[in-house]
Amino acid sequence: MVENRPLTTFVTHLVLILGVLAIAFPVWITFVASTHNELRMNQSPLPLWPGEYFLTNMQQTLFGSGLSGTEQAPVWLMLLNSLAMALLISSGKIVISLLSAFAIVYFKFPFRMGFFWMIFITLMLPVEVRILPTFEVVANLGMLNSYWGLSIPLIASATATFMFRQVFLTVPDELLESARIDGAGPLRFFFDILLPLSRTNIAALFVILFIFGWNQYLWPLLITTDTSMTTIVMSIKQMLEAAEQSPQWNIIMTTALLAMIPPVFVVIAMQKLFVQGLTETDK
Amino acid sequence: MADIQLKDLVKSYGPTEVLHHIEGDIQDGEFIVIVGPSGCGKSTLLRMVAGLESVTSGEIAIGGTRVNELEPSQRDIAMVFQNYALYPHMTVRQNMAYGLKIRKLPKADIDRRVEEAAEILEIKQYLDRKPRQLSGGQRQRVAMGRAIVRDPQVFLFDEPLSNLDAKLRVQMRLEIRKLQQRLGVTSIYVTHDQVEAMTLGDRLMVLNGGYVEQFGTPIELYDRPASMFVAGFIGSPAMNFLPVTLDAGTASLPSGHQVSVASGHSGTATLGMRPEHLTADPDGPIAINVDMLEQLGANTLIHGRLDGTEHAITASVPGHAHDGIGNTRRFSIAPDLTHLFDTDTGKRLDS
Ligand SMILES: Nc1ncnc2c1ncn2[C@@H]1O[C@H](COP(=O)(O)OP(=O)(O)OP(=O)(O)O)[C@@H](O)[C@H]1O
Ligand SMILES: [Mg+2]
Repeated sequence: MVENRPLTTFVTHLVLILGVLAIAFPVWITFVASTHNELRMNQSPLPLWPGEYFLTNMQQTLFGSGLSGTEQAPVWLMLLNSLAMALLISSGKIVISLLSAFAIVYFKFPFRMGFFWMIFITLMLPVEVRILPTFEVVANLGMLNSYWGLSIPLIASATATFMFRQVFLTVPDELLESARIDGAGPLRFFFDILLPLSRTNIAALFVILFIFGWNQYLWPLLITTDTSMTTIVMSIKQMLEAAEQSPQWNIIMTTALLAMIPPVFVVIAMQKLFVQGLTETDK
Repeated sequence: MADIQLKDLVKSYGPTEVLHHIEGDIQDGEFIVIVGPSGCGKSTLLRMVAGLESVTSGEIAIGGTRVNELEPSQRDIAMVFQNYALYPHMTVRQNMAYGLKIRKLPKADIDRRVEEAAEILEIKQYLDRKPRQLSGGQRQRVAMGRAIVRDPQVFLFDEPLSNLDAKLRVQMRLEIRKLQQRLGVTSIYVTHDQVEAMTLGDRLMVLNGGYVEQFGTPIELYDRPASMFVAGFIGSPAMNFLPVTLDAGTASLPSGHQVSVASGHSGTATLGMRPEHLTADPDGPIAINVDMLEQLGANTLIHGRLDGTEHAITASVPGHAHDGIGNTRRFSIAPDLTHLFDTDTGKRLDS
């Protein structure tokens, strides 16, 4: 229903604008903090308008020693680590769940339902619950301080398997039958028909999983001891507690700003497909 | 050469048998229509020929070779589905070429075949569109095109026209028929529409509850229906049935009047008379109390009850009729246009 009354328009816009402000204000403060020097950031009142140290802060954060007086990897390396972890997690999850959903929907094999329920049960076991045994396994496999250790334990995904199962179930049987008559085997059907039909869903899931991977905190904290493997999200927290000095807000906020950029970039790049993937039902 | 033999074909889902010992010989180039009410097993039979359903027992042979164990793609068939089943993400051209691409035909060959089929079906201007940018009728043509380019031995159609509007259906029906005659490909066509069946088929296989009721030409089915089921199913409006007592070439109607029939049977039976075979005759034995008139323009349907009984009966008379409702009209029928059936088994009684 589309109403056209000035008062409603005014109220809805007001609510929307307030909402945007509430979300945008902290981001603005982060940005402002990344443009002042350390001294200014420790005086009150806090600045509300940008200063002129943005490039200096960037330079020091990205390539310099970062926080003065600590043994830290440069932030560009952390960004790289986070990117590698997020990409491995999201693509790994997508590949595994596409394959398992394909198996569950299109193949009859013994204990099919058994496997289905096994996958289902892993829903109840996120990393946080199984963190000690998982750590043990990863440590025994010698995967501490490696990209594999960062990503593999987070890859198994029941939610994504379910999502693809639902997507595959909406594909009409006749398409499969048509493909069989055309002579397409299972793999051809998967690559030529199912994958293109799930394109938007894959994109939507990629965005969600990338952000999920990017924001991982507990697991990387646990299995990386080598500073060269630190991810950016965990380092922000560490910076706050670093040394016995007052926090260097300008550097921390610059790091935070940098940490926000890749997810934002992914969302913007995938926006069109993402929205289609969440809303379209028509196959 | 692609004749099709169905030998003692049975299909069961678990313990329930849905097709019972189907027999049928289909000649090379014949257009066979499988017709019957919903749930009688038409699609199942067609899908067994296509290889999409397994055969429980019996044998299917195409061109003299047993195909029971062959994959659909190895049977040299093409199928047109009710919902067209076009690949939504491919253009019309890609849809039509997909099967040929898998068979690794040379690119030039594929292009030529697609162009030819598009020419025949007049869909050349849509070749680069996606299916969703086409109307239902156009999608139907693309589905046909996808079948034609494969140059198969057998075409299989599962209610391909039922998603189209009435006018388009008639038009496509003619086109399918012309196309089949031109290409001379053996075809099996499933429908529940008896008009479609009568106009399309060289021969019709009437299925009912998983049994073949009759397998013959449309005229055979109309003139000599093998059972009450076929008699009631073929022809529109449907045949009238009345319980009668037979005696030496006459049948006594429930109203007490006598109709002469071409049969020497005696005892009780069911008399079948097509509405269009009842002729108005002031001295005729069949008296109808008119309940309702249906003006169709070229003729008029008179719906009513047999005088003095509650047996519904319909007559079709040429031209316009303006008789008031409640009047009684009398009809007669030629003996050789009557049909007699065994009341219990429903089978035709022959003299
Ligand atoms: N997978 C199945 N499992 C069990 N029973 C089935 C299955 N598929 C079909 N049947 C049964 O087989 C019978 C025939 O089904 P079929 O689809 O061939 O009917 P149909 O003649 O094509 O009907 P319609 O005109 O409605 O399409 C039906 O009674 C149906 O319930
Ligand atoms: Mg059917």
